[in-house]
Amino acid sequence: MGATIATEHSEQTWSGGNRPLGASYGKLMMWFFILSDALTFSGFLAAYGLMRFKFIDSWPIADEVFTHFSFLHGVHAPMYYVALMTFILIFSSVTMVLAVDAGHQMNKKKVTFYMLLTIVGGLVFLGSQAWEWKNFIQGTYGAVQLNDGKIIQFVDETGHQVTLESFAASDHSKRTRHTENKGIWFESEAPLPPVNLEQVMEGFKANPNITIRTEQVNLETRKKTIIPRSEAMNYLAEAKAVVKGANLKVNEYGKTLFADFFFFITGFHGFHVLSGVVINLIIFFNVVIGTYERRGHYEMVEKVGLYWHFVDLVWVFVFTFFYLV
Amino acid sequence: MEHSHQHKSHTALIWKVFAILSVVTIVEVALGIIKPDFLYLTKILGTSPLNIIFIVLTLVKAYYITWFFMHMADEKKSLRRAVVWTAVFLIMYLVTLFLIEGSYINNVLGPLTKWNY
Repeated sequence: MGATIATEHSEQTWSGGNRPLGASYGKLMMWFFILSDALTFSGFLAAYGLMRFKFIDSWPIADEVFTHFSFLHGVHAPMYYVALMTFILIFSSVTMVLAVDAGHQMNKKKVTFYMLLTIVGGLVFLGSQAWEWKNFIQGTYGAVQLNDGKIIQFVDETGHQVTLESFAASDHSKRTRHTENKGIWFESEAPLPPVNLEQVMEGFKANPNITIRTEQVNLETRKKTIIPRSEAMNYLAEAKAVVKGANLKVNEYGKTLFADFFFFITGFHGFHVLSGVVINLIIFFNVVIGTYERRGHYEMVEKVGLYWHFVDLVWVFVFTFFYLV
Repeated sequence: MEHSHQHKSHTALIWKVFAILSVVTIVEVALGIIKPDFLYLTKILGTSPLNIIFIVLTLVKAYYITWFFMHMADEKKSLRRAVVWTAVFLIMYLVTLFLIEGSYINNVLGPLTKWNY
């Protein structure tokens, strides 16, 4: 019966004056906050799972979405960048736990140093995430949206995706982007796609070696369905707009819901990282001015450490469910 | 912390856990890039074996982070159970219901989706 709290006066365990769970009030509350926050994230990820199972045969393939790596332009590098982000966050967790460890030994210098490293790690992670968002928002190849909202992507004869610019002539002479300084101050529009729909259609007709593919995934081969060129015009006759990149309304990689969940869940996690960095900064300055040295213990570092590890823990799950599975 | 002066350093354990987390992540990424056909295109328990491996490895990482970075191993059993069992039970419950519901909607909606034009 390890769960029973063994004290000399067991009838007094819950009558105040001691710590039935063996942790201070602050630490206990941090644990239960983490529990509730974990359930919030689970709710989001479960909702993502629901929608993914709902559209199991037409969900975007993550490997085709996140393919960028810093300084390697045009290189197809799925997963590497997000693996790097994972390492950055795990490493900042290590420096955090080293700070907690140094706190137990009342070693102010070491706590200061490791807290600083943790903050730097958090900032690097946030920067990486901003870059990841930028790539997702800007898009890679571009696509065409049909009247019913489905996304059509263009592929060459080997089945690899091609950019819209590679076959459609780009010409912006007819239409310029409407910005706030050209009209009423609250009216502006999203950046124009690199080419317009007519140019895509003309380019498609002029290039006999390209064809289209739909969002539908063949569950046997786990690849998207390529439509023979002879039938492609039936689809393109339904075309409504050119899509470049992803936002909350449209997503060149497929289902808009994928983009919505991606922005919402990684955004919510990123906001946790940001608040973690801010809290770490506050604790860092308290360490520097010697607050905890005077208090006689570094339990505050431990508590903020719990939160920081939790942020890492959530990322482990986000990484699995957005990028791996 | 009334015992603060007695604490000895756990640095060796921390680096060991870091090594384990790194190896697990590298294995995950390698599998995610290679995607061997016999793991990726076959089915077991309603999904591919690769997905099962990913989820198990994720839970392994979660265990190491919670137990050794968040020091859950040093907490009293009552606190550990209050936090871990609650989370595990509620999350499994929620995910099971949601995924069953998602498959059901797919069964109903899938045949109605038009893919030919």
